[in-house]
Amino acid sequence: MKRHLISAADLTRDDAVLILDTAEEMARVADRPIKKLPTLRGRTVVNLFFEDSTRTRISFEAAAKRLSADVINFSAKGSSVSKGESLKDTALTLEAMGADAVVIRHHASGAPYRLANSGWIDGAVVNAGDGTHEHPTQALLDAFTMRRRLVGRDAGIGQDLSGRRITIVGDVLHSRVARSNVHLLTTLGAEVTLVAPPTLVPVGVGSWPCEVSYDLDAVLPKSDAVMMLRVQRERMNAAFFPTEREYSRRYGLDGDRMAKMPEHAVVMHPGPMNRGMEITAEVADSDRCTAVEQVANGVSTRMAVLYLLLGGSEPAVTTSAATTNNARTEENK
Amino acid sequence: MSKILIRGAKVLGGEPQDVLIDGETIAEVGNGLSAEGATVVEADGKILLPGLVDLHTHLREPGREDSETVLTGTRAAASGGFTAVFAMANTFPVADTAGVVEQVWRLGKESGYCDVQPIGAVTVGLEGKQLSELGAMHDSAAGVTVFSDDGKCVDDAVIMRRALEYVKAFGGVVAQHAQEPRLTEGAQMNEGIVSAELGLGGWPSVAEESIIARDVLLAEHVGSRVHICHLSTAGSVEIVRWAKSRGIDVTAEVTPHHLLLTDELVRSYNPVYKVNPPLRTERDVLALREALADGTIDIVATDHAPHPHEDKDCEWAAAAMGMVGLETALSVVQQTMVETGLLDWAGVAERMSVKPARIGSLEGHGRPIAAGEPANLTLVDSAYRGVVDPAGFASRSRNTPYEGRELPGRVTHTFLRGRATVVDGKLA
Repeated sequence: MKRHLISAADLTRDDAVLILDTAEEMARVADRPIKKLPTLRGRTVVNLFFEDSTRTRISFEAAAKRLSADVINFSAKGSSVSKGESLKDTALTLEAMGADAVVIRHHASGAPYRLANSGWIDGAVVNAGDGTHEHPTQALLDAFTMRRRLVGRDAGIGQDLSGRRITIVGDVLHSRVARSNVHLLTTLGAEVTLVAPPTLVPVGVGSWPCEVSYDLDAVLPKSDAVMMLRVQRERMNAAFFPTEREYSRRYGLDGDRMAKMPEHAVVMHPGPMNRGMEITAEVADSDRCTAVEQVANGVSTRMAVLYLLLGGSEPAVTTSAATTNNARTEENK
Repeated sequence: MSKILIRGAKVLGGEPQDVLIDGETIAEVGNGLSAEGATVVEADGKILLPGLVDLHTHLREPGREDSETVLTGTRAAASGGFTAVFAMANTFPVADTAGVVEQVWRLGKESGYCDVQPIGAVTVGLEGKQLSELGAMHDSAAGVTVFSDDGKCVDDAVIMRRALEYVKAFGGVVAQHAQEPRLTEGAQMNEGIVSAELGLGGWPSVAEESIIARDVLLAEHVGSRVHICHLSTAGSVEIVRWAKSRGIDVTAEVTPHHLLLTDELVRSYNPVYKVNPPLRTERDVLALREALADGTIDIVATDHAPHPHEDKDCEWAAAAMGMVGLETALSVVQQTMVETGLLDWAGVAERMSVKPARIGSLEGHGRPIAAGEPANLTLVDSAYRGVVDPAGFASRSRNTPYEGRELPGRVTHTFLRGRATVVDGKLA
């Protein structure tokens, strides 16, 4: 695996399967009475969030804490960042504080890439969502969820998603979840179809390794998993679609449409859901919808990512980090 | 007055000749000219061009002296072989009054490194709503004839029409920054395959092409001439080609970076590649080169856009748009046009000196290299190969996309009215 996780495209098939397998191990920890491993003791993980996202932040926080890492939450709101401190200065500050990994959520596409490649910091960078670019850990937890549901918890170990047909529906244009999923699911051997009104599909999508359809009803019977993306109501003000009702009618998933899916097929949603917009309550609350499961799987998957980036293969680093940590403790006395 | 003998220079890339400068003027061009009483510059087969003229330079003064001043900008220009630059109007305050254009003009006079011809804003504050006092700027000491809201498009069709008509009274020209604003809200890079993957807001070709199409038709309708700034797409080339075939009085420029670089570079998310209009595709680059060669695009203009380091050392969305270009322009043109066989040196002179001076109605520049003409000259060592090192730039800013890239050619001497501003590659 590479040193950072910036894009789902950075992962080979074997990298991705290793993460999913490791996540299954991590998931077993969650079933124990004491949900904690000592693996990252003495390591510091910074959650650097320039955008509000409580769900993703607490997921990473829980993951790091279950691995015994020290966690610092740095939110742009109410910090020096909102007073005009640059990404660079923030990065240098975190570096000075000895961050071993920086989990970054940023409104600008490419900010994690810049953070990892500008020489500002030495630590590992994990992209927790950048603008309309990528959200690789979301794609990993989605793949984890699909593998469990479609292949099986134990049967899935070592397996990918070869031959599975995944449909992603909604605002692909503005979706980092869709971009990461297209990369990762394709790497894992799945066949991906994007469904959206033409206004919400990026120009240039023709080069993506997936199909594009404007007709949800035609695609549903051929889907093993249907992922509904959140559609912001404000989009209709920019004329991406005429009204909420029209969007729901053409691209929303309700009970009738769900009935067209094969029996084994699941409905997924990265959350937060717009009930009544892209998904009805009937579907959201059904047994086929994995939204809540995805949240739980998110912690296991992020534990796997942090473990593999920080501790999994480099025990020597742990030693030196421990030394640094001691030195810092001395200073503080 | 002092005499300078440039010995053995390939004038416009032709056979080696001697050129004798006496005072501010070229005294004689020929073979075996006497060096008596003259300082000798051994050209030794280097290329001699008329001093380059840039129709599109951002000198940033007044207002953003942290990125460039008239003095540092003209030093950069001289280093790049330019003897005249047109200073864009998007300063702080905006060059939309006689007072501001005269200030820039005076600063240019004082700098002494190259002539500075201010461009006036078409509309007050570049806001596209009310015409600036175009006549007052023309009648001022600065003698403005080129008007542009560059950085912003004159998007209101009526304002554009009126501006095109109004400047006819004094032989002016409107230089349009063609960018349909609604189609480019939040735009960060060329819209296409790369923007789709990177998740950066797209700047579609059609936003440029639709404005150019409208403006050539407006120019035809009111019988005016129009100049298109930094044309960047294959489609724009087709429209200008069509307009010229129809007899419409349109001229167009292309920047060096649009002749060389593509949006694939944006994959690095390095804002040094962030520019407006954005870097396009390989197909566009090839169409632009062809159009510059066949005359559809008239000139090369740098769009030299200095920015301080902090405006580029950040995430892509937060970064300023623009690249410095004065000191690398000729090298990029040599690489993309001369070494590809698309243009000879006479063709380069036509597109980087003669025509820009003509479009901007600038006297004393872009003249033939002949006895009696002003001694505005540039000597180029075309055999030179070097790696671009921004630390050596005369510009106050370093935002070049060519850092670490090998480019051919180097300006060894620049003469402004007989006075050397660059000697042996160094500012005099």
